[in-house]
Amino acid sequence: MHSAPTTYAGVADVIAVLVLLTEFAMLRAPLLRSQVRLYMFQSLVVTALAVVVAATRHIDELYVLALLSFALKVVLVPNLVLRLLRDADVDLAGSSVLGVASMTLIAIGVSAFGFFAVGSLHVHSTALPTTALAVAAAVVLVAFVLIILRSDVVSQAIGFFSLENGISVASLVVAAGMPVVVEVAFLFDLLVAVVVFGVIMRVHHGRTKTLSTDELDRLKG
Amino acid sequence: MSSVLVVLIFAPFAVGIATFFLPVRFSKVVTTVSGASSFVLALVLIPAVTSRSHVAAGSLLRVDALSAVFLTATTFLYGATAVFANGYLDLAKGAAGVRYGRRFYAGLNIFCWSMIAATLVNGLALLWVAIEITTVVSALLVAIDDTDGATEASWKYVLIASLGLGIALFATVIMYYAGTTVFGAAYDLSYTKLLAGAGRFPPDVVRLAFVLAVLGFGTKMGLVPVHTWLPDAHSEAPTPVSALLSGALLAVSFYAILRYFQIAVRTLGPTFPRNVLLIFGIASLLLAALYVLSQRDLKRLLAYSSVEHMGILAIGMSLGAPIAVVGVLLHVLAHAAAKGTAFFGAGSVVRKFGTKDMTKIRGAFSALPWSGPMMVASVLALSAMPPFGLFRSEFLIVLGGLSGPRGVVAVLLVVLVTLAFFGVSWSTTQMMFTQDAQVGSSDNPGSANPAKGEVSTSIVVAMALGLVALVVLGVHPPSQLNHLLNDAARELGSRR
Repeated sequence: MHSAPTTYAGVADVIAVLVLLTEFAMLRAPLLRSQVRLYMFQSLVVTALAVVVAATRHIDELYVLALLSFALKVVLVPNLVLRLLRDADVDLAGSSVLGVASMTLIAIGVSAFGFFAVGSLHVHSTALPTTALAVAAAVVLVAFVLIILRSDVVSQAIGFFSLENGISVASLVVAAGMPVVVEVAFLFDLLVAVVVFGVIMRVHHGRTKTLSTDELDRLKG
Repeated sequence: MSSVLVVLIFAPFAVGIATFFLPVRFSKVVTTVSGASSFVLALVLIPAVTSRSHVAAGSLLRVDALSAVFLTATTFLYGATAVFANGYLDLAKGAAGVRYGRRFYAGLNIFCWSMIAATLVNGLALLWVAIEITTVVSALLVAIDDTDGATEASWKYVLIASLGLGIALFATVIMYYAGTTVFGAAYDLSYTKLLAGAGRFPPDVVRLAFVLAVLGFGTKMGLVPVHTWLPDAHSEAPTPVSALLSGALLAVSFYAILRYFQIAVRTLGPTFPRNVLLIFGIASLLLAALYVLSQRDLKRLLAYSSVEHMGILAIGMSLGAPIAVVGVLLHVLAHAAAKGTAFFGAGSVVRKFGTKDMTKIRGAFSALPWSGPMMVASVLALSAMPPFGLFRSEFLIVLGGLSGPRGVVAVLLVVLVTLAFFGVSWSTTQMMFTQDAQVGSSDNPGSANPAKGEVSTSIVVAMALGLVALVVLGVHPPSQLNHLLNDAARELGSRR
């Protein structure tokens, strides 16, 4: 337990890295549809982490949470966004400010920053896989890169949802004992946020006939 | 007393649901009653809180002196805004107007409910949940006018504020982790527990959590450089919503930061948390004071003035002197009243002249015999003129600053506030007092001089309520309130 990482820590780290890689994949996905699918996959991986934590640390409430997060983040949210895409009849993501290569380089830079910054806190713990926490911080930062550099409402919304996935990873590894009522409240909040994002995305599409945010430059100063 | 908390957490929500189905003329009455009675209930809580240190209902609801201050500010604005909205709303005839009225009143009540809930809940996690609800509800309210500007503002708002709250959620998770080192893997994030154990939390972890919380909740509070959604949302939202966003929502977000501050000073000592707030505060005050100078849009002007006042709050906390902290808490109350009144006046002017562009509004002082002078009074109040509450609060803050080791900061504060005063008074004076010599001519057809007369009595009543509150806060705050502010300031101190 003290020297070699436990199976649990290993699994948690692998899953955190998978989430980060999915975030990078989103960054380069040219089709909005594939971006939503990547989000679906990412959420599935996070759900798997919840199951792993529940099983290895014997926290039965986390099974409920995993079930809810599966229903919400793997089924409901992606389907809502996909329906919006079908109605809007748009598939290509708006051109991003930078090319894929520069975006990836920036993302590598910020994720390294997040990883080492949180890593340098020396969050020492025998029971907790602290590497996964550092990777989760990297996920959050890459989500920011995605949101800043993509200029369409779907990518930005998916960026926000995946940021939430990153925080879910962090919360599963360092705050697994959080009362389940709180976790459910978080998920419920996410649901409400998704609905509101959906409403505003539809209003936006209704007014501008596009999903691009390029025209949102009227208000300044 | 705990039943008061239960009523406060259920009634506004129930009213919100009911107003979605009721005809608008009933909604107006019900909302006003709900707002006024929430304010009365908040006042009833004040003596209870000061005599018993806190009032709790179950493990989930708890009001202490600190939350009572913010609860009072929020419920006051709830009531005043309900009165104002009754006069301000100008619903179209037919189904569209009915639909708008229903959505508006349901949204208004649920928005106020979520802010009230944020001050009532006991724990950082539930606090985050409540503030996230304020975001999504108010984003819908910003979008409700369905114009290009409203759509743009609401998208920016929901995205930027949600990202900020994403960071705040990260802060919550990290603070939870800090707690696990003392309480073991499973505990609730209640304030009492966190404050009791805060002295033994790992400092680096708390430092990270505090900075993330200031950045995250600071996004909702409008601290520079994460304030960018604020002027857009405030200017494009319906005016009653702008008043609530500015007077209550920003304050509630500040309340969340104070909760983290409370824990951080116990773990880290006061220096680090104060320095963090100082940096954000100076940046906010400086940038807002400069932006105020160049505004043409009346509601954007008031929005930047809010950024300025949030900067004052952050700086006041960073000064550390207990008297400055009392000033900060009084400032929260006075700012709610003053900014509410100013937005009500702006609503009156905008309805009268049909534009927010201050270069097209002339002679508003005489065109609006009651709300014109009261608008001028509220602007003077915002600029911290006596006899209004903001004078007293800023005086306390500066006094606390000059008596402590950070006298330079207090001087800087006075300079920047004066700069902002110049900006705000310059443009409003022109709008209120200049007669239409150069405008209203053929090149400026939008500014036809409207006939003299008020838009609505309700607007005048709402503004009068705000000014009365400001004078009371400025001239002679009730002793119970002083007691409350002192208690709250003591709760924010580092009792280590």
